[in-house]
Amino acid sequence: MGSFGQIFSKDTQAIFYNWKANPVQRMLDFDFLCGRSIPSVACVVQPGNPGGFQKVFFGREEVAIPVSGSVPEAVKLHPKADVFINFASFRSAYESSMEAMKQPTIRVVAVIAEGVPEADTKKLIAYARANNKILLGPATVGGVQAGAFRIGDTAGTLDNIVACKLHRPGSVGFVSKSGGMSNEMYNVLSRTTDGLYEGIAIGGDVFPGSTLSDHCLRYENIPQIKLIVVLGELGGQDEYSLVAALKEGRIKKPVVAWVSGTCAKLFKSEVQFGHAGAKSGGQLESAQAKNTALKEAGAIVPDSFEALEGAVKQTYDKLVADGILVPQPDVPAPSVPLDLEAAKKAGKVRVPTNIVSSICDDRGEEPTYNGVDMSTLIEGDYGVGDVISLLWFKRALPKYATRFIDMCVMLCADHGPCVSGAHNCIVTSRAGKDLVSCLVSGLLTIGPRFGGAIDDAARYFQDACDRGLDADEFVEDMKKKGIRVAGIGHRIKSKDNRDKRVELLQKYARKFFPSTRYLDYALTVERYTLTKAANLVLNVDGCIGALFLDLLHSSSMFSQVEIQDIVKIGYLNGLFVLARSIGLIGHALDQKRLQQPLYRHPWDEVLYTR
Amino acid sequence: MARKKIREYDSKRLLKAHILRLKGIKLPLNVAQVRADTNFVELLDANPWLKNTKLVVKPDMLFGKRGKHDLVGLKLDFAGVEAFIKARMGKVVDMDGCVGAISTFVVEPFVPHKQEYYLCIQSNRLGNDISFSEAGGVDIEENWDKVNKITLATEEAATTESLAPLLSSLPLELRSNMEAFIQACYEVFLDLDFTLMEMNPFTLDSEGKPFPLDMRGELDDTAAFKSGKKWGDLEFPLPFGRSMTAAEEYVHDLDGKTGASLKLSILNPKGRIWTMVAGGGASVIYADTVGDLGFAEELGNYAEYSGAPNTQETYAYAKTLLDVATSSADGRPRALLVGGGIANFTDVAATFKGIIQAMREKADAIKAAKMRIFVRRGGPNYQAGLALMRQLGADTGIPVEVFGPETSMTVICAKAIEYIKTSA
Repeated sequence: MGSFGQIFSKDTQAIFYNWKANPVQRMLDFDFLCGRSIPSVACVVQPGNPGGFQKVFFGREEVAIPVSGSVPEAVKLHPKADVFINFASFRSAYESSMEAMKQPTIRVVAVIAEGVPEADTKKLIAYARANNKILLGPATVGGVQAGAFRIGDTAGTLDNIVACKLHRPGSVGFVSKSGGMSNEMYNVLSRTTDGLYEGIAIGGDVFPGSTLSDHCLRYENIPQIKLIVVLGELGGQDEYSLVAALKEGRIKKPVVAWVSGTCAKLFKSEVQFGHAGAKSGGQLESAQAKNTALKEAGAIVPDSFEALEGAVKQTYDKLVADGILVPQPDVPAPSVPLDLEAAKKAGKVRVPTNIVSSICDDRGEEPTYNGVDMSTLIEGDYGVGDVISLLWFKRALPKYATRFIDMCVMLCADHGPCVSGAHNCIVTSRAGKDLVSCLVSGLLTIGPRFGGAIDDAARYFQDACDRGLDADEFVEDMKKKGIRVAGIGHRIKSKDNRDKRVELLQKYARKFFPSTRYLDYALTVERYTLTKAANLVLNVDGCIGALFLDLLHSSSMFSQVEIQDIVKIGYLNGLFVLARSIGLIGHALDQKRLQQPLYRHPWDEVLYTR
Repeated sequence: MARKKIREYDSKRLLKAHILRLKGIKLPLNVAQVRADTNFVELLDANPWLKNTKLVVKPDMLFGKRGKHDLVGLKLDFAGVEAFIKARMGKVVDMDGCVGAISTFVVEPFVPHKQEYYLCIQSNRLGNDISFSEAGGVDIEENWDKVNKITLATEEAATTESLAPLLSSLPLELRSNMEAFIQACYEVFLDLDFTLMEMNPFTLDSEGKPFPLDMRGELDDTAAFKSGKKWGDLEFPLPFGRSMTAAEEYVHDLDGKTGASLKLSILNPKGRIWTMVAGGGASVIYADTVGDLGFAEELGNYAEYSGAPNTQETYAYAKTLLDVATSSADGRPRALLVGGGIANFTDVAATFKGIIQAMREKADAIKAAKMRIFVRRGGPNYQAGLALMRQLGADTGIPVEVFGPETSMTVICAKAIEYIKTSA
């Protein structure tokens, strides 16, 4: 890798493998701080995904980053993106990295995953060496070129980036194994020097894809870098290739280096420190031996990590004094707008809500219906009528009332296959449509002519009764206005063939309701209409409508205003819709079970006319 | 998570099984393992060969030079092996300063031999080194000039040509068999994700078949997801002499169960400076710095957590660490360094939550141990994290000193030392 120099620029674009919202957003935020004109992520590869895009902020605006389903496709569409950032897991990092490295347009591959098998990494190293590619990691956070390009999460938050002056280039090249320590050192460099030019974390594995010396040699070739800072670690022998490069004069720029792990001598037996590669091994791999060797080779090696900051400062100051290094100017960073989530968390903004909901809450330990939790509903003596009373009427109605709701649901659940709703549902089911389509096609017939009369019945009966109209006055008045009397009349039932459902409801109401004033009024209307025709009976819609009025008025649980509201906005039809859904689902499933073929209406049952 | 030494028993078991699977070579190898709870009758049932051959027995504890410490039994019958083991099981030995009890033995057939060969395959960055010598055995180091070594680049095959330099001085009639054996071993090495496979020595049995007498192996445990099935029931023993305390064992288990990294090594339970540091790189530097400042003998432990452990995990981890750190209260002051660099992506406040929960629970013990907490951390959400730490101090009366990225990372080491020194 000795022939390499700068690998990133302000125009560098990456292909980001395995979508992760946070690191991609962090990269684009860094872009904005640096004043880049194009986002540093050209596209995201989501294996097997047919395409599309991911929305990310680029400064104050949102941009759509294209998504590709495979590496070759991504490379073909984005031939200028020469960096591959691999966020695949340790299980699949090898395959995807190798595939990427084999693409001619890809020059740099960064593998983030920790725990990639050594043999896999070695194959990647071999390929990279043979084909002049640069491998960063595995087990790394990546790297950053100040003011130009950032890999993933490198250098942390935006505040930190600005505090460390990473949004514009300085004059120091830095390399270490540790991602966390890189970030720490960027901070140190911002205090002691004009800041970082480029920083790479090579990763904590035994065999990192590229080594400390690989990057130091690169830094030697980057003219803007005047000072190289290295943070090594016990274990392995990578530091010795740096020693050799220094001794052979291949690195002439000043190198300030420290190898951590001097504490290993305190442990009697072998210790595995935090990084896989950081294991106390032979004498040669010890921090002490490496520090000594680096010092002998001409690196500036302090006596401790604590003294590193001073050594960097001293070396930097001397370069400045000698006129070798001209401190790079500080540039104010543009401010990136706060993310809404972060700002909300910090209490810096208030945001109006879009939706108001007053019937339930699913945010706690268990969902509640109008304040009543599931445990109470399930463990107590509650039924569907109680749930309806909580979710629709927002109160717990007395038992006789919720039982009445149950009865309405039961009685209205189905009325045979021939009524228009069921018929539509059956036809749809036989057309091979899904359950929801069948249900909906049936429900869509509910309206003024089919099942939708409960509300209207309640409205007119209430109005007439409250105004004290006699039944005949009411009926004739409606006739004059050309309005059908809702709740009256049945296709089949008649004076002598009563609707059993209506009888049952009346019986129940008379036994349990405090008052049946509206039912009684409806029956006076029926008595009058029956004089006109035998089938103008009080039907089930009319009965439910009247009895609901009785329930609302006599339960003493609703104010007059609430009752008007309930009647006005269509609560009662809701009851029919709910009930009939049960029957419609039954019809849809029945047809499917019976494997009924497509329904076609016979010609001879159609009158073809002009 | 990295290279792990395995027992000789497992090295031989794996070689035997997989050289047969991969190359159809039947090695005359037989191995049995004896632990403290091994039932000798059952062992004999499972390994009938133990009855009708002379045996070798030795400890299988990841240390060498066993012959020099009277730990090898040669040419014994089974009763002799039993007696040999019973006399040494649990015995504490000192191997070059590493002291520990012997708990595991390996038993195998005694193979009379004159010739001792040496074979070692070792992974390096660019490939694998293969070393071979006709002068193997205990004196290999004295005979190092007779060891031939080649390096096969990654993905380079072990061909007759590439192996030739190893075998150049071997008698012609032995070469092709030896070459086949080395090739087969290399294939097993690659297929099973070995990082080291050493036979020192191996010999040829009466039929001329290679027979490893002593064997060492190391596997790459990160390859468990693809090679674990081939490894079978395998343990990665601790280095010899590195027995774990209950606390270390608990954290070791915790570490194994999470995707995050949780490490704890106790150096000195009576030590008065304790560390609990975020990050693999930073944790080493904190331990270094305490040593550099001349207080190595007061350093209680090495500890590292990283990779975003969840609140439950950091809580369990911190509680375990605090238990040990406060267990030797003696009226003298103690310090705990809750340190770390500037995180790249870890939410500092979130990781502090579990630690703080543990500290609240252990507040009395912390105060009784006269322990002062020194915090230094930066990274995402660090202001909130540091505020939580200050709040902990205010609520519990535990003395807590808190620093952010504006100070150097190791500033708290000197402060901790200052504290344990001056208020002694």
